[in-house]
Amino acid sequence: MTEILFPALAIGAVGLVLGMLLAVAAKAFHVEVDERIEQISACLSGANCGGCGYAGCSAYAAAIVNDSAPINACAAGGQAAVDNIAAIMGVEATAMEPVRAVVRCDGVITKANDRYDYYGIADCVSASKLQGGGHKACNFGCLGYGSCITACSEGGISIVDGVATIDGNSCIGCGACEKICPKGIIELVPKRHHIYVKCSSCDKAPAMRQKCSAGCIGCRLCEKACPAGAVTVNDNHASIDYSKCTGCGLCAEKCPKHIIVNENASAVIEETA
Amino acid sequence: MIAKLIGISLTAILAQNFVLVKFLGICPFLGVSKKVDTALGMGMAVTFVMTLASMMTYFCQNLILVPLGIEYMQTIAFIVIIAALVQFVEMFLQKYIPSLYSALGIYLPLITTNCAVLGVALLNIQQDTPYNLIESMVNGFASGIGFLLAIVLFAGVRERLRYSDIPKSFQGFPIALVSASLLALAFMGFSNMQF
Repeated sequence: MTEILFPALAIGAVGLVLGMLLAVAAKAFHVEVDERIEQISACLSGANCGGCGYAGCSAYAAAIVNDSAPINACAAGGQAAVDNIAAIMGVEATAMEPVRAVVRCDGVITKANDRYDYYGIADCVSASKLQGGGHKACNFGCLGYGSCITACSEGGISIVDGVATIDGNSCIGCGACEKICPKGIIELVPKRHHIYVKCSSCDKAPAMRQKCSAGCIGCRLCEKACPAGAVTVNDNHASIDYSKCTGCGLCAEKCPKHIIVNENASAVIEETA
Repeated sequence: MIAKLIGISLTAILAQNFVLVKFLGICPFLGVSKKVDTALGMGMAVTFVMTLASMMTYFCQNLILVPLGIEYMQTIAFIVIIAALVQFVEMFLQKYIPSLYSALGIYLPLITTNCAVLGVALLNIQQDTPYNLIESMVNGFASGIGFLLAIVLFAGVRERLRYSDIPKSFQGFPIALVSASLLALAFMGFSNMQF
């Protein structure tokens, strides 16, 4: 009997001592967790899209409380989230500029030339690792294998004629597609602006013309047309500074290649008339 | 002494690698090896816990089990000790070294009762001449490094596998297991070395 009882008691005693030690340690090493972190997590979208630049919603909540991170970084939560967080943190609510993603390439199959035929995995990231950065002759063109489609949590991206197209209404502005795109041609623009440049080629016009008929030739007509000085031609393509843009749409009218897109063209005509 | 410690380390890392030769700790080896970053975190946590567990189980063996004459209770006693130790270390780190706590993060509790950790504790005392305290800790540390090496190498292979054209029936775990066995074959080259 003792040969059973004795080990059982010994091991039981070890367990008991360890258990009590842990109980004491739990008290002694207790770490206060700020209850605001929980509250802020509840305000955020919970999509864990990573658009704020942190690992997830809870990591962002912790950063707001501990490292005083900006409270308006949650694109998916929008203005409502900013207001709620401001109430919890007791700070002034800052204006939240809703953004959406646009694809800065118009190199559809009929317009952009190919360097070679690609028979591989339908994934832009792996295709872009091949010789020449993918099958498209233009190094700054959409490869059209839809890595951004997989990245999008809202299902708002589709490939139309070999170029990714983003539905501006369903876009929450998280920027996941912008990060995954190996070509870096997806850009986040403020939602209230309806004008953007559909090319990001850094090639000079003659070289670019050989590769694609839809590219920016850097003629600077848009730059001259813009009354607000918001459009500039840098690296051989036009870019819009949205802090200056008034949305007049003159650049889109002047563009001879029609790659400055004005999605709200009818409204503009009324304004300028 | 130093020569023996180096011998123990090389044996634990290469010739008797925990994962690829002894086939212990396969669960985290397959589960957390999809990315090199997470594999590195897991490997560091295992190394950390193995070293501490070697030390604590050495004391447990020589101060409790041997004097009471109940060495056959090793397995259960060690499991209890290691589980409590990991819990304790986790609390301690969270309070005093938050940076290390967030680096090891979720991996610490995952390996509480991992067979590789228990394995190193049991193997320390099942040698022909049981290891002393220093040798036990060196063996624990080196075994952890061996695990780290194996899991990081394997994670590198698996990152490449994601972009490979694999027949449909082999995608996922089948090809991972095939690659793991090839990696283990490579380590068989070390297995007859005597340090």
